Amino acid sequence: MRNFFRFIIKHHFFFLFLLLEIVSFALIINYNSYQRASWISSSNKLSGSIYNSYSNVTQYLMLQKINEELAKENSYLRSQLPTSFKDSKDYFSLVYDSLNKRQYTYRNAKVINNSTNKHFNYITLNKGYLNGIRKEMGVISAKGVVGIVKDVSDHYTSVISILNTRLHISAKLKESGFFGSLNWDGKDYRYAWLNEIPIHAPVDVGNLVVTSGYSSIFPEGVLIGTVEEVDKDKGESFFRIKVKLSVDFKDLSYVEVISNNMKEEQSKLENNND
Amino acid sequence: MINRLPGYIFIYFILVFLQVLVFNNIQFSGYVNPYVYILFIFMLPFETPGYLLLLLAFILGLTIDIFSNTPGMHSFATVFMAFIRPSLLRAIAPRDDYQPGTLPTIHDYGAGWYFKYSVVLILVHHTVLFFIEVYDFSYFFSTIWRILASSVFTLIFVFIAQLFVFRKEKRR
Repeated sequence: MRNFFRFIIKHHFFFLFLLLEIVSFALIINYNSYQRASWISSSNKLSGSIYNSYSNVTQYLMLQKINEELAKENSYLRSQLPTSFKDSKDYFSLVYDSLNKRQYTYRNAKVINNSTNKHFNYITLNKGYLNGIRKEMGVISAKGVVGIVKDVSDHYTSVISILNTRLHISAKLKESGFFGSLNWDGKDYRYAWLNEIPIHAPVDVGNLVVTSGYSSIFPEGVLIGTVEEVDKDKGESFFRIKVKLSVDFKDLSYVEVISNNMKEEQSKLENNND
Repeated sequence: MINRLPGYIFIYFILVFLQVLVFNNIQFSGYVNPYVYILFIFMLPFETPGYLLLLLAFILGLTIDIFSNTPGMHSFATVFMAFIRPSLLRAIAPRDDYQPGTLPTIHDYGAGWYFKYSVVLILVHHTVLFFIEVYDFSYFFSTIWRILASSVFTLIFVFIAQLFVFRKEKRR
């Protein structure tokens, strides 16, 4: 430090010169608009080019971080979208009418996950227990039967779609009233098979296949599909009917969940039979 | 040395007023703009310490700046000129060096020596000043022309003033 001061004192002439020139220059820059403007612009040009090349290098090194930030921001913005909000409440509440008892209520829900290409296909809906959805309710769309509720969480519902080889739905031919069981063979998402229709039943291509209403899940007469092909295996007493499903599972967005208000009563009574 | 102080203060004010009231209003053909106040720095004694030289130059320049509304420009140029002065004096020193008690005047060291001395300082000062004023090298030749023209006028005045100052000193 002492050497430093000694150095300063030794060269005090030069350092004083520098100091005074710096002060003068500062005055020039601060109080003369033209010099100031051109100083700022030229220093901006210089600093700009330096910063530019600097950022060109650092930007590349920062890419990963920037990507992460962008992804974060994306998810944040996506979570701000209206589609990411759910209705906290359903639009209606049940009003019990003593004169005219309502058996079925319908709750709309949105399909938020769907598959058609697996052997056991499931659909996820954006409403759940808090919206009044319970296990084993029927799910239909505007075009026809979709499936049956398998599991319910507070806000979501998992639905066994018709396109699930484990699901059997009680169905009947609308014209003749013969009933059988409908299930999917796991191949083409557009077709299911209606079994157990006795061979003496009149079946024609184009006949409507609807729900039977026996299962206490679906009301009677909800459309499932139309008869596409009628097969009869040799020695069998039942038809194998190929049904073209009325619901296009590739194009499914809004569905309705049917709750049967008298289901408990029915199933309790039926359990007594066993 | 101390008995010269009132004289220098007097010269200081005279030069500042001359510069501000008279020479700042002289603008021949837009080029010529003599700056005579630097004569004050020319006249300081040889043995003036460096720091005092610079500080005086700064104060002088700042005074002119305040009057001509150009903060920093004149002080910058004048300090720069004052910084050059000791080296210049060493470079153009006569063979038997500067004698104690003498001043950098025509009377003491002759017109030839004084011409070298003042021309270099005037050119340095005017070059710095005009380029700071223009603050751009794209008008290089017109600026050079202004520097040269103004330097000639300043030089003429400096020589004329030398006669006055020198007589005044002589009278004393």
